[in-house]
Amino acid sequence: MPITRSPHRSYERRTKRLPWRDVVPWILLLLAIAVSILPFYWVLRTSLSMNASLAANASSLLPVDLNFGAFARVFGLQSTQDAIAQGGSGADINFWVYLRNSVIFASLSTAGAVFFSAMAAYAFARLRWKGRNVVFGAFLATMMVPPIFTALPNFLLIKDLGLLNTMLGMVLPFIFMTPFAVFFLRQFFMNMSREVEEAAMLDGAKHLRIFFQIILPNAAAPIATLVLLTFIQQWNEYFWPLLVGNSDDVRVLTVGLGVFKSQSPQGAPDWSGLMAATLVSALPVLTLFMIFGKKIVNSIGFSGVK
Amino acid sequence: MSTPTATGEGAHQPPAPSRTATGRRRPGRLGWSPTRGDLPAALFFIAPALLGLVVFFLVPMIRGVYLSFTEYNILGDPTWIGTENYEAIARDPLFWNALGVTGQYVVINIVLQTLLALGIALLMQRIAKSTLIRGMLLLPYLMANVIAALLWFWLLDYQIGIVNHVLETLGGSRVAFFGSEEWAIPTQALINTWRHMGYTALLIFAGLQVIPKQLYEAASLDGSNAVQTFFRITLPLLRPVLVLVLVVTVIGSFQVFDTVAVTTQGGPINASRVMQYYIFQKAFTESQFGYGSALAVILFLILVLVAFVQMKFLRGNESDLG
Repeated sequence: MPITRSPHRSYERRTKRLPWRDVVPWILLLLAIAVSILPFYWVLRTSLSMNASLAANASSLLPVDLNFGAFARVFGLQSTQDAIAQGGSGADINFWVYLRNSVIFASLSTAGAVFFSAMAAYAFARLRWKGRNVVFGAFLATMMVPPIFTALPNFLLIKDLGLLNTMLGMVLPFIFMTPFAVFFLRQFFMNMSREVEEAAMLDGAKHLRIFFQIILPNAAAPIATLVLLTFIQQWNEYFWPLLVGNSDDVRVLTVGLGVFKSQSPQGAPDWSGLMAATLVSALPVLTLFMIFGKKIVNSIGFSGVK
Repeated sequence: MSTPTATGEGAHQPPAPSRTATGRRRPGRLGWSPTRGDLPAALFFIAPALLGLVVFFLVPMIRGVYLSFTEYNILGDPTWIGTENYEAIARDPLFWNALGVTGQYVVINIVLQTLLALGIALLMQRIAKSTLIRGMLLLPYLMANVIAALLWFWLLDYQIGIVNHVLETLGGSRVAFFGSEEWAIPTQALINTWRHMGYTALLIFAGLQVIPKQLYEAASLDGSNAVQTFFRITLPLLRPVLVLVLVVTVIGSFQVFDTVAVTTQGGPINASRVMQYYIFQKAFTESQFGYGSALAVILFLILVLVAFVQMKFLRGNESDLG
């Protein structure tokens, strides 16, 4: 993929430099890394703690009264009495449902957006037709439009279609394309060799066959990257699902987290429960990141800053 | 998730129109029919994406502008009231408050985030370029805003949050990060700086990789020290990348919503009632869709203006290379 650059040996590496000159830079970099990842440990530590005991052990580095009660509470497995005894609100909450909804929402919108964007990218990169550049410019321009500007009319549209609080209404604005996906794939499709395609054309292959049998398989790597990026983006989406999917049966994790937080007792919040819920919401992306981290990291800095 | 720009056109030249060929495929011309082009096929391939573009981007934009000239409470039909919404907004102290609060947020957020990111990128360039380190720095960015908000809501809690505990242990006094008017916006800015710092650093880091090594070698031979090299070579050559990063992050910063909605909800009083949260409240809590649309139009115009000014003054489309 053209988006990665192998780290070159800089002149600094070749000149002999005393190691102690790197001590301060290393300390600063490790500090930045600590600030980036240590908060996640605190989430884990708190989620495994007994909420009622947190106040007395605010700075304990290990979980306080290690237990899984907070997770049971988040998944609705704890009786109301137990929940209240452990410092929860006792309100009915079930993150299994939100987890399921998030998976459906993110998967559907990702699958649709990537596939239809790939089709469009094929037309922009490999086909010749009048008005191609103008239409592509229109796609690019929408990348600059702030979501709030289209969110209000789109809400009205979904409402008029009777699709409020349905999964279809939630995914519709994303499922046909994302401007970024069109742009991203067009770049890759343009750089692909034409030879195989030409041979196939001489054999009488139609565009549909070329798209499915030559273009898509050859672009598997960038498509996989795009699927990852889009999925994470959709998984994290908050504003739109908040507007059109706030009923319990279609509520996604981000919205559910907000609701859970607002239900938590004001004076003494259920921090263990909140952090357990946060961890549950973060876990799928964390897992993806453990497996595909390199792909994700290397995609940052794509094109615009090339 | 990235900052794309329109780059070069297709690698191929349009085939010259042939007067002799009549729909016959010419070998070596990629099999295109020279007279018709691929319009029918292109229409087929582009149809779903075009549908999305028209229905969920273009039409809503026009409808949004139209609604901004109406009074509309969702029930019934919008009533045309001309520029009344805009006149009311000009007299609305909460609008001016939102504008000021958002501006304050953007300045703190962007200054901190860009400086920290630039520092981290330079550190990585100097001592460590491994994917593992870049991955750890990127982690906060991959988390939802809601998660970042809740996480810091807990760490910065006034009563038993670890940050206040450490502050007190170090001899300082507790800070009501979310509960005090003076801290509400800086806290929001800090949370979002935390989430975007590593991502922005990676973007700048990618930009650093493009600066030709020979320039550094030449500077080193000429006896240039690290500070001189930074200001005379790195910064000027990094400028196009920095401008792009700034344009994109500033536009994103103006649209802060998630972290505010989950934590302070505009409060205390109006201290964190940023533009997008105010729009959200007007449209969805108070059912004033016309007024909310007018606010959204104004926010959009501000963003266009800001992007334009940045490109103009920072000469973002020019490179000092070559």
